[in-house]
Amino acid sequence: MNLTLKIWRQKNANDKGKMVDYPISGIEPDMSFLEMLDVLNEELINKGEEPVAFDHDCREGICGMCSLYINGEAHGPDRGVTTCQLHMRMFNDGDTIYIEPFRAAAFPVVKDLVVDRSAFDRIQHAGGFVSVNTSGNTIDANSIPVNKHDADDAFDAATCIGCGACVASCKNSSAMLFVGAKVSQFALLPQGQVEATDRVMNMVKQMDEEGFGNCTNTGACEVECPKGISLENIARMNREYLKASFKG
Amino acid sequence: MSGILNSSIGRKFAMALSALFLMIFLLQHFIINFSSIISADAFNNLSHFMGTNWLIQYIMQPVLIFGVVFHFVMGFILEIRNKGARQIKYAKNNGAANSSWMSRNMIYSGLFILIFLVIHFIDFWIPEINTKYIQGDMSGLLPSGEYRYYEELVHKFQPLWRVALYCLGFVFLALHLLHGFMSAFQSVGANNKYTRALKGFGKAYAIVIPLGFIIIALVHHFNH
Amino acid sequence: MALDSKIPKGPLADKWTNHKNNINLVNPANKRLIDVIVVGTGLAGGSAAATLAELGYNVKAFCFQDSPRRAHSIAAQGGINAAKNYQGDGDSDYRLFYDTVKGGDYRSREANVYRLAEVSANIIDQCVAQGVPFAREYGGLLDNRSFGGVLVSRTFYAKGQTGQQLLLGAYSAMNRQIGRGKIKMYNRHEMLDVVVVDGKARGIIARNLVTGEIERHSAHAVVLGTGGYGNVFFLSTNAMGSNVTAAWKAHKRGAYFANPCYTQIHPTCIPVSGDHQSKLTLMSESLRNDGRIWVPKHMEDVKAIREGKLKPTEIAEENRDYYLERRYPAFGNLVPRDVASRAAKERCDAGYGVNKTGEAVYLDFASAIQRYGKEQAHVKGLNENDAALVKKLGQEVIKNKYGNLFQMYEKIVDQNPYETPMMIYPAVHYTMGGIWVDYNLMTTVPGLYAIGEANFSDHGANRLGASALMQGLADGYFVLPYTIGDYLSNDIRTGPISTELPEFEQAEKNVRDRIESLINNNGTHSVDYFHKKLGKIMWNKVGMSRNAKGLSEAIEEIAALREEFWKDVKVPGTADEFNEELAKAGRVADFLELGELFAKDALHRNESCGGHYREESVEESGEQKGEAKRDDENFKYVAAWEYKGEPKEALLHKENLVFENIELKQRSYK
Repeated sequence: MNLTLKIWRQKNANDKGKMVDYPISGIEPDMSFLEMLDVLNEELINKGEEPVAFDHDCREGICGMCSLYINGEAHGPDRGVTTCQLHMRMFNDGDTIYIEPFRAAAFPVVKDLVVDRSAFDRIQHAGGFVSVNTSGNTIDANSIPVNKHDADDAFDAATCIGCGACVASCKNSSAMLFVGAKVSQFALLPQGQVEATDRVMNMVKQMDEEGFGNCTNTGACEVECPKGISLENIARMNREYLKASFKG
Repeated sequence: MSGILNSSIGRKFAMALSALFLMIFLLQHFIINFSSIISADAFNNLSHFMGTNWLIQYIMQPVLIFGVVFHFVMGFILEIRNKGARQIKYAKNNGAANSSWMSRNMIYSGLFILIFLVIHFIDFWIPEINTKYIQGDMSGLLPSGEYRYYEELVHKFQPLWRVALYCLGFVFLALHLLHGFMSAFQSVGANNKYTRALKGFGKAYAIVIPLGFIIIALVHHFNH
Repeated sequence: MALDSKIPKGPLADKWTNHKNNINLVNPANKRLIDVIVVGTGLAGGSAAATLAELGYNVKAFCFQDSPRRAHSIAAQGGINAAKNYQGDGDSDYRLFYDTVKGGDYRSREANVYRLAEVSANIIDQCVAQGVPFAREYGGLLDNRSFGGVLVSRTFYAKGQTGQQLLLGAYSAMNRQIGRGKIKMYNRHEMLDVVVVDGKARGIIARNLVTGEIERHSAHAVVLGTGGYGNVFFLSTNAMGSNVTAAWKAHKRGAYFANPCYTQIHPTCIPVSGDHQSKLTLMSESLRNDGRIWVPKHMEDVKAIREGKLKPTEIAEENRDYYLERRYPAFGNLVPRDVASRAAKERCDAGYGVNKTGEAVYLDFASAIQRYGKEQAHVKGLNENDAALVKKLGQEVIKNKYGNLFQMYEKIVDQNPYETPMMIYPAVHYTMGGIWVDYNLMTTVPGLYAIGEANFSDHGANRLGASALMQGLADGYFVLPYTIGDYLSNDIRTGPISTELPEFEQAEKNVRDRIESLINNNGTHSVDYFHKKLGKIMWNKVGMSRNAKGLSEAIEEIAALREEFWKDVKVPGTADEFNEELAKAGRVADFLELGELFAKDALHRNESCGGHYREESVEESGEQKGEAKRDDENFKYVAAWEYKGEPKEALLHKENLVFENIELKQRSYK
């Protein structure tokens, strides 16, 4: 396959950045999208140019490190996958592919396609935990029975990989799906009930301070989420937040 | 509780509450208007009741005005904040791949509805206030001794330009509601086993009510 | 220096309790005066950082990823073992201990493994309390499943994402401490050296991967939870960033490296599709519960398949070679990982591989689909002879069990595994070897600790499924936080360690010099070029099957490649910016040294044990003919290597393994 890549290049956080065209050939349909970028980078290095910086690590769709806004969609045109699992067979010979970083004021660009998603970490620091000591002096695991449906829903919420596709896809750069998933996981489990009020208040406060936009329920996040996190989690967070607010 | 309007979720909650209130108002408005194509008398009686009842006039009317203004002002505030959350736009964005046109353009359908409402106010509401509270005629009667409401309504729908604008306004309202109805429920945290049914109802509401308003306008335009 | 493993005296079951009762503690007020550096934030590092901070120490935690949540522990699929005996099927601490030592082919330390089994149950309590959403039964209690090579159901799981959920649990415990200010987190930082002052580990040199800044960080102790070194093979199931650098730097500063040749090659991975391949994807071992592994019996069928003229589903039952069932009738497709991997290699080497590279075998679910389909039809009272219906029902059952794995396979290979057999091939997955540690998890450098996959201690020569997560969390939550106190109790009056000490200056200078020489080298080949070459040598000569000739060649070839690397590598960009190529270059340089030691260790160990298979050491007669042969007489020890300049000059120290509670047997799966 021969392709034309239009890639965002930006030297560092202070650089203005621009889109640059790169023709590339000899791409096989079996390659993953990141392997295609590996090929490009190898060519660039051999030509004495700077390779394109992009985030990636596990390359099996679970670590959440890879990002990329490909042809106008987070993680590209395929569904239920991260960029590392997107394969070139999704594209056609001769295609032009736009490759941009995840865009949000709360995700500043570090270099080229690499963005800083530490805002997500800070939201978690504000309350993404159950306050139990790790001393091991806890009660027996089976003394806390959990309704299977709640446990399954909590698991579904907990599968979020924190990649930020929801923020990137949202027209308002809202982080509600990410925060909703975390709030939901704990709200659904008895272990998380004890500090539910403080948790949701603190996490939403931090989310707002980070400069994410408001949710307008377009549902784009749910469609683009590689793990299929449901909008129900946002509704649940709204309920939890309102409950907590009225409690005072 | 204090400062809930300073949080993103609080603002959306307020937005949704005002929207739900406006949707109830819209339904009520529709029922009264609809009566005009069934019976002129029914329409006249209902209009007179609404126009002279103190609870409606002094309590509900200001609440409604507040609701409308709040919904618009909050809408603009949210839009400005949301624009600020992404300063650099994508060179290529394929919004259609993951969301509806309506959901992505609430601000534009809303703006058009605002324009329509301004005209609607000038056209219907200001003359009504003028008659009742400036000139002090609370009788609701024409010189002929009949109620004036039906006559006025029919008269208003004679010019083609007004009917066209009116219809267009409701097309945008339909687009706004097609996303807004369900969105309001989601914002107040309602997403459960009834959601599918509610979605269907919301779609029906978003199409039937505006379409009904359009039919009323067309019936009066062509029948008189 | 003689190796002292510091195993406490007394009966096996009492050692840990007695040890905890006898070691020194640091009082809470003094803990505030003590700093600990934790490098790596996976299950081991993350849980250790959280627990140390909670105890009151000042913790600085480092990871090279953009968040602790990305550590590769996240990719573990199957589950975590714990001797809870919730199923009432006779499990106990002793059984878990026994299975682990046996599974490790009797090359692990009894006391460590017993302690691991002992604390395993507590891990589950801890994780549930943290809100880890383990799978549950309808009664609301925890569910278990069974896993490769054991007779009880002791594996706790969260669908196919157990590692993710456990890591997020440890990450949440860290978040709590970061929020309290007790952990200072350094994301996108890579450790490039350990600083040793007066014989004790007192800090690290780290590079900020965003700005390129070289930073000095001091502490009273340094903990490495930096994972394994499987990426020395270039292609592995490890994350792209997984590396040996931290462990290797520690080795060069005096920490012995133990059993580097013990590598686990996982049998069920998606095969390599071409030269562009950057990493391999694992499919959970649980697939072997229902999948049957085979290759065609006849060479002409193999040829026809490779040419695309024949589909696997068209090959008649009698023309298929279910080689695991043929060779190991007792265990069949459920033999341990090392056995299954070698058997696949044997068939492919004989020319029966079924994809274009000749390195793939089939994992076939057709008979499981039939079996489950008939069962379902029977249960639902439907026609069991309706082939289409049976297939549909059977596929639904398979989908419920393995849906996410099947979907992943289809995304990568573009074939529907419900209709045609999967293709699989073994891939490097886990390294049992690592930094040598004593019972307290301290390396041979005082104050320097190694936990999780980074150390060598618990899995011997082969790790059982669902035991890596257990070890990482056991070390981090329940072992290290106790044992480190014993050492730190001597440091309550030390006060803050200055980063202006000459040792810091020297270490920083070394780091800077090395970076400069990489950047200014201006050679002709990229870092990946060398990494791929190293991987080829390792895979071909130090891979699943090893012999003296190949290993000797590998040692020479790696040394030559290393020389070429330093002459000819090309690293673009500058040192003071975000520069992925530079970071990679440093890691590959270390792999080029480790690879040689790896081969040297494999060469010296002239026996077959666990994941280490020497062609010279096989059973020559009897029922076990052709199977791996362990040599307890000559090799019942841990090989701990001391750095002496060049990897091939490393000095061997032996820690003899004493088995007092378990009888050594040859593993048999026939």
